[in-house]
Amino acid sequence: MRAEERSQAAEPPDDTGAARRRRARPRDDRRAAWLFLIPALAGFVIFYGYPTVRGLWYSLTDYNLLSEPAFVGGENYAQLVRDPQFWHSLGVTVYYVVVNIGSQLLLGLLLAALMHRLTRSVALRAMLLLPWLVPNVTVALLWVWLLDADLGFVNHLLKALGFGTVGFLVSPDWALPTIGLVNTWAYTGYTALLLYAGMLQIPPHLYESAALDGAGELRMFRSVTLPMLRPVLALVLVVSLIGSFQIFDTVAVAAGGRGASSAIRVIYYFIYQHAFQYFHMGYASAAALMLALVLGVLTVVQLRLLRASSSDLA
Amino acid sequence: MRRMPTLGRLPAWAVLIGALVLTIFPFYWMVRTALTPAADLYADSGSLFPSNPTLVNFQRILGLTSQEEARAAGGSGARIDFARYLLNSVVYSGLIATLQTFFCAMAGYAFARLRFPGRELVFGIVIAALMVPPIFTLLPNFVLVKNLDWVNTFAGMVAPSILMTPFAVFFLRQFFLSIPRDVEEAARLDGNGAWGVFWRIVLPMSRGPLITIGLTTTVWAWKDYLWPLLVGREEETRVLTVALGVFLQQSPNTRPDWTGLMAGSTLSVLPVLILLIFLGRRLVQSLNFSGIR
Repeated sequence: MRAEERSQAAEPPDDTGAARRRRARPRDDRRAAWLFLIPALAGFVIFYGYPTVRGLWYSLTDYNLLSEPAFVGGENYAQLVRDPQFWHSLGVTVYYVVVNIGSQLLLGLLLAALMHRLTRSVALRAMLLLPWLVPNVTVALLWVWLLDADLGFVNHLLKALGFGTVGFLVSPDWALPTIGLVNTWAYTGYTALLLYAGMLQIPPHLYESAALDGAGELRMFRSVTLPMLRPVLALVLVVSLIGSFQIFDTVAVAAGGRGASSAIRVIYYFIYQHAFQYFHMGYASAAALMLALVLGVLTVVQLRLLRASSSDLA
Repeated sequence: MRRMPTLGRLPAWAVLIGALVLTIFPFYWMVRTALTPAADLYADSGSLFPSNPTLVNFQRILGLTSQEEARAAGGSGARIDFARYLLNSVVYSGLIATLQTFFCAMAGYAFARLRFPGRELVFGIVIAALMVPPIFTLLPNFVLVKNLDWVNTFAGMVAPSILMTPFAVFFLRQFFLSIPRDVEEAARLDGNGAWGVFWRIVLPMSRGPLITIGLTTTVWAWKDYLWPLLVGREEETRVLTVALGVFLQQSPNTRPDWTGLMAGSTLSVLPVLILLIFLGRRLVQSLNFSGIR
């Protein structure tokens, strides 16, 4: 944009046909621009802007989807902070996020580093990407079946190895970490590929000079790869966090549609239940706004990181 | 680049191959279960190959067998027609991916290259919408669609997604900014208006980023669950993900219809597998930071 303004200012004020046409452009542009923007702006106003305002309004009302919303002021929020279920759901979500992000980033980093050093195979990358392409519903079904207490393959293995069977998704202690690890399975390949792409940007001569200094593999990873990867790592971390906080489908399917047990009732499920099972739209909106505050902060960080790395985009 | 010492490469390869096996095995187990007769499920819960491979599970979830045959093969007898759900999923994700990409390209171009008063401000407001998480707009959007009487229609299912997402606008604008200005100038002098430049010059030059956004949007829509669950519950609009959830609920809690469920799951993987085989390189390259979950 800067460059564009400058080039316009530098244009010689002669009166050839081309220059006239060029000077005639801005007014033309103005009309064309708004025509170009009609669909997107309509979508923005109807499905982003207006609902945001509506959501704020609902959060201040008592609304059951049938009668008109009745204004109750801050009542929903007051109730929310006193609601142990809400805090429990938040706690469950944070626990899930920690398990999921921790394992996903560590494994992703390991895989990326191995790919970076060993092979550039596209086939390998494609296979690692497969779980990410598959709906979370399918992912959940696959693992509910693999982890089934009676017939599941994993428990079959455990039995064969002389261990007892574990009710991975039914036991209150196991269910949450299990779901965290199931989604680690689903997203680690994706994370690894993002990190791998970041590693490809690191100038090879850094490794060459490190090798001349006699650095081993581990040392190179610690002194070259990790520091150079920090911006990409930060972005991947923030993006994964935002996604992780919004886990819903896996939990919904693992619960088999019979209502998630409190051990796995993450915040999205809490909001979903209040909105569409108990029809407390106002209460659900208030809870959604609380979640929005957390995610909003993360998104601001993400946007900053994106702008910083936007030259690498596309 | 310096190569790893040979000895160190062995364990490194072992870890990589281990990860690959762990990635692929669940899919193998899914297909293997789908090919197993329901009656044999207990008998060989641990064998690596199906004892009496059969296609009956696929036939019954595609609605190709009679109710009695389906029940005999281990089904609950509930009517299921995954062929239809598969088609619904294709329509749902196809509509969203093509229209959203196109409209976002138009908007991205206007924000990148057309001068109009308030451009920066409007763009800033659009980008600010990235900060509003989907769940927050989902509740009022559901109310809106319900009030429009669009529940269980394709219009209601795709309306919130076909016109724009802030991320796609942001991403495409970023690319359009990098197109050399001279190319456009030349096209202008040839008598093209803004639309001509966009349609004849900018779009063909941006095939890569457009496919990137189109592909990721397809994947996102293919995986989508919550919105279609709320808006497209009925047969006519039910997509695969929702159908799988409903199928799970319908099968008895104590003995789920695993062979049928795995046949349905296989159907939900097949199209993305085809996508991966034909567009693998493009897809791997087009990973972006959109944060799809």
